[in-house]
Amino acid sequence: MDLSRLEINRRTALLTSAAIAANVINPMRAFAQETPRKGGVFNVHYGAEQRQLNPSIQASTGVYIIGGKIQENLVDLDASGQPVGVLAESWEATPDGKTVTFKLRKGITWHDGKPFTSEDVAFTAMNMWKKILNYGSTLQLFLTSVDTPDPQTAIFRYERPMPLNLLLRALPDLGYVSAKHLYESGDIRQNPTNLAPVGTGPFKFVKYERGQYIIAERNPDYWRPNAPYLDRIVWKVITDRAAAAAQMEAGELHYSPFSGLTISDMARLGKDKRFIVQTKGNEGNARTNTIEFNFRRKELSDIRVRRAIAHAINVPFFIENFLGDFAKLGTGPIPSTSTDFYPGPNTPQYPYDKAKAIALLDEAGFKATGGNRFALKLLPAPWGEDISLWSTFIQQSLGEVGIQVDIVRNDGGGFLKQVYDDHAFDLATGWHQYRNDPAVSTTVWYRSGQPKGAPWTNQWGWEDKTVDKTIDDAATEVDPVKRKALYADFVKEVNTELPVWMPIEQIFVTVITAKARNHSNTPRWGSASWHDLWLSA
Amino acid sequence: MRILSLAGRRLAASIPTLFLILIGVFLLLQLAPGDTVDALMAQMGGGDAATAQQLRKFYGLDLSVPAQLGNYLWHLVRLDLGFSSIYGKPVATVILERLPPTILLMTASLSFAFFFGLLFGVIAARGVNRWPDTLISTLGLIFYATPSFWFGLMAIVVFSVYLQWLPSGGFQDIGTVQTGVRGVLDIAAHLVLPTLTLGLIFLAIYLRIMRASMLEVLNLDFVRTARAKGLDETHVITRHVLRNALLPMVTLIGLQAGTMLGGSVVVESVFSLPGLGRLAYESVVQRDLNTLLGIVFVSALLVIVVNFVVDLLYARLDPRIAAEG
Repeated sequence: MDLSRLEINRRTALLTSAAIAANVINPMRAFAQETPRKGGVFNVHYGAEQRQLNPSIQASTGVYIIGGKIQENLVDLDASGQPVGVLAESWEATPDGKTVTFKLRKGITWHDGKPFTSEDVAFTAMNMWKKILNYGSTLQLFLTSVDTPDPQTAIFRYERPMPLNLLLRALPDLGYVSAKHLYESGDIRQNPTNLAPVGTGPFKFVKYERGQYIIAERNPDYWRPNAPYLDRIVWKVITDRAAAAAQMEAGELHYSPFSGLTISDMARLGKDKRFIVQTKGNEGNARTNTIEFNFRRKELSDIRVRRAIAHAINVPFFIENFLGDFAKLGTGPIPSTSTDFYPGPNTPQYPYDKAKAIALLDEAGFKATGGNRFALKLLPAPWGEDISLWSTFIQQSLGEVGIQVDIVRNDGGGFLKQVYDDHAFDLATGWHQYRNDPAVSTTVWYRSGQPKGAPWTNQWGWEDKTVDKTIDDAATEVDPVKRKALYADFVKEVNTELPVWMPIEQIFVTVITAKARNHSNTPRWGSASWHDLWLSA
Repeated sequence: MRILSLAGRRLAASIPTLFLILIGVFLLLQLAPGDTVDALMAQMGGGDAATAQQLRKFYGLDLSVPAQLGNYLWHLVRLDLGFSSIYGKPVATVILERLPPTILLMTASLSFAFFFGLLFGVIAARGVNRWPDTLISTLGLIFYATPSFWFGLMAIVVFSVYLQWLPSGGFQDIGTVQTGVRGVLDIAAHLVLPTLTLGLIFLAIYLRIMRASMLEVLNLDFVRTARAKGLDETHVITRHVLRNALLPMVTLIGLQAGTMLGGSVVVESVFSLPGLGRLAYESVVQRDLNTLLGIVFVSALLVIVVNFVVDLLYARLDPRIAAEG
């Protein structure tokens, strides 16, 4: 696998961020030697159709990739990963952290011509974010009301302190606003607007042909001056990854987001001058590969066995030979891309050491009789090629130290049911998707008391009072410095106990035409509004 | 008219079968771990337990399995296929939207396979064990042994990526929606590669069957009689042999109409066609029980109809069948 081009892209990425830092007043000047061109159709690969398109009620990249161009959030992330206002112009929190006031931008209208006001924000927050939106319902659990003293002010009131930096890092994903006048009557989930979204964004919804395509066109009344550049965006539904790669080559697709192609096709297109293949622009969608232990198995409830399993697997070898430059060694649940919370690599780690693994297993009393110590059932999630490869690698590595692993494959629904509801697994492996703040996506993997059946939560049969306390303290700590320190403690604690091991860090890979300009310029670009994206001739 | 009543009786007998199939599929799907809410959670990337409970209620999954089955059958009797959980629309509407591409693809590739299978089968039988036969049989074997997704992908690489003659996927051009004759031509251009991909495998089967059946009929007494009374070879083949050799082919079409519905999943995925096969696959993965049962129902209907037509064709080809009853 030749990934030299990818290397170059990373280097240019670093240079570019340096350029941005040096050119704060007009960061775009660093890119824009050419004059932006208006017009053009941007064709996007859409791999898995969702049931609806409204990002106010479903937080997933499959919705943002479309809904994020049509609807807008209160806050997004800028090129350096800092919160920047979109529908909100400014914000402030009271010192006790229980009240957060957003000042909204003036003169914004919905695509149907009605004005956008704080009423929309209050309605969306109380009825969608708090009640329906996945992750949102956890984030806004203690939201009691949203006051709207005037059309440009929304005051969020919380029962318990809400750290402002948590809210601002969560809102880019969990802060999309829907129009009150379209949703106030009837069941929100069944509202036809969910499949024909109306927003304030740079693109207006035109048509959705299920199983074929979705079209959105330029919003001529968009509030940002001179934006957007593109005439149209067309999302083409292509479920076969190899076929999508062929369409990229035939010029019928411009962009395949979120590692939508096979690893080998991405590496191949990376060598082609017509395409850019890179991880830049997806830093906000970092994920880690996991090994989840079921403590109901007596062998796995022994910490020596869990550590032995970690020591028995040669992670750097796996990354180098199977994932290439698309992945790197992970150090725990908070990935290194999270500049605000990454505690550094100095937490308990489990480097490859087969002898130590064998010694630990012997010490725990599981002797090898006839080559085998015990057998474990491993359930890999079906989301990606890497998980499938990783599960086979686990199987072979553990076989070397006398643990027999049987792999049981399921489809998505089956996997979630068996692992997180039926607990019918010994080991499970999948992705932990980090969503910019540990309180949004990560601590639920470790906090005890998660209701049975909630996917991607602590269903391991493991409970640790110290960890629970650290998590609870951090969730309501309003001082950012103290909060960061608490999360460093949290990583140390869970890396010591190891209920879940997260040894690989990955960022989604973007494959995009070399003609695209102003792409990948924020950490969640695939989900962003693309108001400044343009295609060179 | 005897044949009509015969076929009619078979039609009536297939209704209980249809119900049994539906109940079987329903129960079989209960064995698969996870329901449509789990699948939705998988797609969303997470959600809390309260949300899941709300959703289960919303989709009617909080009822017991017999109650769900009872509900379903009660709706079905009233010709209501229910509501699709992934599409948020009535199943009948969803299926009707997806039916045209599938039927078009199926008809096109069946006709292609039937016509060329017949032609090549006859040519091979007439030149048995000489070079046309060897060439055709070898090609047939190659088509038969190649997986259709590979065929499809190679066709895309050659005709769409390199030669840029044909579109690489989709059902119609999205950029400029055409109407009238241009629209028909546009859809036809999009269907060339999928039709060939799906048709080639069936072509291979048909030509083998046709060849074998021709060879068999050619050795029968009535052919010798025909030749003895001085008919020329072309006349013998077209009027006497072909008609009798066609019977196994027609049977096969009836059988394979069903296979083709299933086999099109791969072709529809590779060419991004919005057909029934892909819908079925999606509804299994998303555990959309109503849609899946609806597809089973419609596919079963299609197969029944095709076999009904085949029954009628038999009588046309071989009057003895109608006479004996």
